[in-house]
Amino acid sequence: MESYVNNYVIVAIFILLGILLPVVALTAGRLLRPHKPTDEKKTTYESGNEPVGEGHVRFNVRYYVYALMFVVFDVETVFLYPWAVAYKQLGLFVLVEMAIFVALLLIGLLYAWRKKVLKWDSI
Amino acid sequence: MGDRLNESLSWGNALIFTLWGVVLLILVLGFVTYAIYFERKVIGWMQHRIGPNRVGPLGLLQTVADILKLLIKEDTIPRKADRVLFILAPALAYVPAFGVLAVIPYTQNLYFADINVGLLYYVALSGITTIAIVLGGWASNNKYALLGGMRSAAQMISYEVPLVISVVGVIMVSGTMNLRSIGEQQGDWFWQWNFLPQIIGFVVFIIAAVSELNRTPFDLPEAESELVAGYHVEYSGFRFAFFMLTEYVYVYAIAALTTVLFLGGWQAPLAFLDFVPGIIWFLLKFASVVFFLIWLRATMPRIRVDQLMGLGWKVLLPLSLANVFITAVYLELFVK
Repeated sequence: MESYVNNYVIVAIFILLGILLPVVALTAGRLLRPHKPTDEKKTTYESGNEPVGEGHVRFNVRYYVYALMFVVFDVETVFLYPWAVAYKQLGLFVLVEMAIFVALLLIGLLYAWRKKVLKWDSI
Repeated sequence: MGDRLNESLSWGNALIFTLWGVVLLILVLGFVTYAIYFERKVIGWMQHRIGPNRVGPLGLLQTVADILKLLIKEDTIPRKADRVLFILAPALAYVPAFGVLAVIPYTQNLYFADINVGLLYYVALSGITTIAIVLGGWASNNKYALLGGMRSAAQMISYEVPLVISVVGVIMVSGTMNLRSIGEQQGDWFWQWNFLPQIIGFVVFIIAAVSELNRTPFDLPEAESELVAGYHVEYSGFRFAFFMLTEYVYVYAIAALTTVLFLGGWQAPLAFLDFVPGIIWFLLKFASVVFFLIWLRATMPRIRVDQLMGLGWKVLLPLSLANVFITAVYLELFVK
């Protein structure tokens, strides 16, 4: 039990140290660096031209479809991990079960493939 | 470290854990400094140039000078940017990069957190960096940054799927997600390491890992000829440095993870060589993986964006799933 708590305390310490470094470094930087903002410096960069239109341009809907596919297959890995850990103790039955589960998802992938979701044709 | 983990938690022990964490932080910062120097030097040699050689003896202080320069650079935040998110993004990118190092073991006895779900913790936490990159691209309110951020996110999530599925084979063979046990179970001879029995998983893992790191040949998010710089166009000074730092800390993390998962961790390659301490073997393997990444950058051209997504979803994902079932059938037939 002690070692369980201690291990997660170390994880928490690492995350705290991870937060601390940017805070300390950026605060130290604030004391060291110059701060002379002008209007030109604060404009949005666009290869030296005056920025045209708004910055939040429309982007390809394809990114959204990739995000959807990612969600599907990432949930799959959530099932695969515990299954993989326990696999040696379990029988042939779970192998068949997992094969059915993965096959269902693969049909989804094949569908996306056929629908040319995986083909990238613009930015 | 090992004994203290079994004692009950006291302020003294917590302080010692923190001190060890700080030691690792300093080591990692040192690694990043010299990994950058080493990368520039090696690529220089590979291209028949000399590489950095002016600041300090043999140019050894070049990166230190670069970091100092970044520290005293003026920090500009565009007027149109979303200020809070803009400031938050680099820190959010860096925190998981350092957080994942908690679970990586270096030898049998030298490790930090020894948790049962080590590998799951690694893949779960490293996914958060993607959010920071989208956030940085969005908050900049800049066209290049937005497109770079979106591209980067699409690439990272596409390759995260084969990356996490390719290690399932290793988990099945080891029967655990604890990285220390996975390292321990690989034998004293190099053919007992996971990279040979899990060769498909290993190849998929390496390719997907290079892509997760946004390094050549998968450095499209930073394709300077197309997107200027990608998601960090608007970042300057030390905020920019944190994005760079994140990348190199992930190089450290991935190299260490590859060593532990596939290359036998601290085990000697031949059983009669085990009089050499484990940490030496770990460092040698770790350094080879880092060198391999640098070598790849000097060798490969960047792939096209349409090839990128095709490779991830049509080749690596089916391969990694096939690897899971090949491993399952193998265990069913020969091990049980």
